[in-house]
Amino acid sequence: MPDAAVKKKRRPLWLNVSLFNLPIPGIVSILHRISGAVLFLALPWLLFLFDGSLASEARYEAVRRQLAHPFAQLVVLGLVWAYAHHWTAGLRHLLLDLHIGIDLPSARASARLTLAISIALTLFFGWALLW
Amino acid sequence: MGAIVVMRSLVGAHYGTGQWLRQRITAVIMAIYTVLAIATFAIARPADHAAWKALFASGWVRVVTLLFLLSVCYHAWVGMRDILMDYAKPTGLRLALYVLVIVALSGYAIWAVQIMWRG
Repeated sequence: MPDAAVKKKRRPLWLNVSLFNLPIPGIVSILHRISGAVLFLALPWLLFLFDGSLASEARYEAVRRQLAHPFAQLVVLGLVWAYAHHWTAGLRHLLLDLHIGIDLPSARASARLTLAISIALTLFFGWALLW
Repeated sequence: MGAIVVMRSLVGAHYGTGQWLRQRITAVIMAIYTVLAIATFAIARPADHAAWKALFASGWVRVVTLLFLLSVCYHAWVGMRDILMDYAKPTGLRLALYVLVIVALSGYAIWAVQIMWRG
């Protein structure tokens, strides 16, 4: 190892392990986790809304009013992103399971594509739902 | 008679493989349901409570939606278990959170049945 001596001089080594120093596939992976956890936490609210929307005319209107609130719309937009990201990254995972795109350049490209698609889906469905 | 050889697996009982497979099966169910639901709303967006209720009154929509909701609950259990296994290090805390997640998700699953099959 010719550069072992060079490396030795650089000690102590400070490793920055923050989210934004992760390689792109790592960012997609941690966001898959975060979006999954967010969706889990939102599940009771979403079931409550779905329940109400079907229960009666009055509760359906109450759900509509609740969702018309700007704060609720912000939360919905966040959840649309979480679902879009989890869906897209999940599909990428299934393809990787089938050994499609497992070499490093393809995995990096599909990770970039995942981030782009989930943001595009969020903007589209956010727009379709809220405006 | 030869020696009795007891083959014993040293890597658990492969619970992980089963969970892995069920995570994928539920994922595929949810992914397909999502596309079908979006297509349904794109073709004819239910405009009011009557149309919304009529949509979920149809037998197969109920079955497929309940299948989706139960998949959500099972998939969430596998995912939350993975997360807790990685971040909730003290055994007592981890087990307590497992119980909390299982109780919550079982409740949501029963709630989902109630929503889809209310008289």
